[in-house]
Amino acid sequence: MKVNLDVDVHHLTRVEGHGNIRVRVKDGNIEEANWTVVETPRFFEVMLKGKHFSTAAALSSRICGICSIAHCLASLEATEHAFDITIPSIAAKLRLLGKHGETLQSHLLHLFFLAAPDFLNVPSVIPLAATSPEVVDLARRLKGLANRVCDIAAGRTTHPVSFCVGGVSSVPNRDRLLQLRDALERSLEDLATSVELVAGFSIPRFARETEFVSLKGESDYAFIGRTAVSSDGVERDVSDYRQMTNEYVVKHSTSKYCRLSRDSFAVGPLARFNNNHEHLHPAAAEVASRLGLEPVCHNPFMAHVARLVECVHATHQAIHLIEEIADTGASERAAADVEPRAGEGIGAVEAPRGILYHHYEYGANGKIVRANCVIPTTQNHANIQNDLTDLVAQSAETMMQDGEIELLGSMLVRAYDPCISCSVH
Amino acid sequence: MKYLGIEPKKPRIAVFDFTSCEGCQLQLANGEDTLVEFLGSIDIVDFREISSSRCEDYEIAMIEGAITRSDEIDRLLRIREKAKTLIALGTCACFGGVNKLKNAFNLNDANEEVYGDDPKETLPARAVHDIVPVELKIPGCPVSKREVERIIQHLVWDVPYTPPAYPVCLECKQRYAVCVCDIDAPWTGEKGKGQICLGPITRGGCMAPCPAAGMACWGCRGPAEDANLESFFSILKERGFEEWEVRERLDFFGAFEGSK
Repeated sequence: MKVNLDVDVHHLTRVEGHGNIRVRVKDGNIEEANWTVVETPRFFEVMLKGKHFSTAAALSSRICGICSIAHCLASLEATEHAFDITIPSIAAKLRLLGKHGETLQSHLLHLFFLAAPDFLNVPSVIPLAATSPEVVDLARRLKGLANRVCDIAAGRTTHPVSFCVGGVSSVPNRDRLLQLRDALERSLEDLATSVELVAGFSIPRFARETEFVSLKGESDYAFIGRTAVSSDGVERDVSDYRQMTNEYVVKHSTSKYCRLSRDSFAVGPLARFNNNHEHLHPAAAEVASRLGLEPVCHNPFMAHVARLVECVHATHQAIHLIEEIADTGASERAAADVEPRAGEGIGAVEAPRGILYHHYEYGANGKIVRANCVIPTTQNHANIQNDLTDLVAQSAETMMQDGEIELLGSMLVRAYDPCISCSVH
Repeated sequence: MKYLGIEPKKPRIAVFDFTSCEGCQLQLANGEDTLVEFLGSIDIVDFREISSSRCEDYEIAMIEGAITRSDEIDRLLRIREKAKTLIALGTCACFGGVNKLKNAFNLNDANEEVYGDDPKETLPARAVHDIVPVELKIPGCPVSKREVERIIQHLVWDVPYTPPAYPVCLECKQRYAVCVCDIDAPWTGEKGKGQICLGPITRGGCMAPCPAAGMACWGCRGPAEDANLESFFSILKERGFEEWEVRERLDFFGAFEGSK
């Protein structure tokens, strides 16, 4: 018997932004298996034009409410690259602490609020408050702490306020930092409980060979850096980001699409793990092996595991950074002098969902002439589409029904944790 | 559970997102210390970003985002028909937010710059109240979860809510923050010139997170009541700030349209 499928998901739930899934299979033939982005365009690259360098980071951070710290940092990196500024080391450490805070915040939000309901058979985390209060409590504690890291490092949990061109505008006091370190150390136990929770998830078995792109760390699991690398062997300075992303416009989507060596590639936690796993903190590497995540992993659903692995890594890194920052204290200057000049600058950071590039061209007056931002989810859309096509083909062969393929397709998109409004900036 | 002899309501709330970064609805899932109590005091029937439950039977609709496309207008009109109370959640919904910055450009040119010869539909950004009547506005970029909680308490106990009339300045002083108007100017180091801080003219209620972290207030909450704009602008002029610098701050969130 040949299978017939008809799935129409309008505005997929439990993802950031608006996207649709449409699947039609007739007599076993796939007529349609599409991921479409319908988000409203906002034109941030146009809005940035004419703005003073002091406005750029605050404006770019508004591209995304979940990865606002990543946008702020990529923007500052781009401006500082254009003006040839080296920021003080305490500022670099505080920014990286904020970056780790955001990785934790975003990954934990995704794991507990957006992804877990699929594995626990509930529509959202809300009913779990009655049925599994211990899970909600765990989520509350871990995410609350991640928010506190951002509060302390960046001045606020969403849309940072203490990062500025040249460095940072305030340095948190030592007592607050040390209390945060202690809380992070205590949270390792909660992360271990989360590992056991995720070990119980039945992660779909699916794989499609994929090219993975991330920043490359010389000696670390890079979150901020200047070299981008792909698992197909491409390696470039981030200033060549156009050659790494090759953005193009498609008819059916308000987000652009990207390609590199093949017709799609993936960025994000799985790409970072695949490309930089040897630089993980040993405790994080142990979690990867406990949960069966091995490089190179081509199963997009394993991104859930990669996120948790990164949470353990980021927590250890944050503890280490806090100790360094507390030792230096406020004795050092926290911001370098800024002399605007005409020129171009490119900044790149690993946002929770993957590598993010900002590129600004400045006039001599310190105002932006041209801006370009390439967003991680934009880079993932073509890969989500290719995965979906394969997933539907495989599922159709196993005679899966509408409801099952709707859930599996939705779970596939969620596994990428897409930031759709970000991708349509 | 009765409190002071009054039975609380458990309002049926739906959360809808339009053109925005979705950071405001994210705040609803923050505030972890009181999250369980917060979610327990209301009945969230539709909240796409965190739940797969969908429902068209709600009393309160929270709208996040500005309105920038014709399908958004239709969707907003449908929601307005169903909701008894419509709340604009966040600066984009209340004033249009940073989205309004695009209105200063020719949108056809903007479209061509971003999408080449395959333009996408877009309208000048508008606030929610430009399209439908709004009962309550919760400004902020992002909104303060504490303020959202306070407003929800008022809705649960059916007590009218009055937003603070005083400016951000007052709350900044309560935090003993160093005034960013009086520090040396960042980057140029000019003694005591400070930054352009809209704290004296912006509505309070946020507890001044920005100036407390060394970044001036850019006015995401819109004008305070009876703000003395004239005197504020003349002080900025005295301090040597140029017209375009003041304009860039005032325009940022689209919340001071018509002033100056």
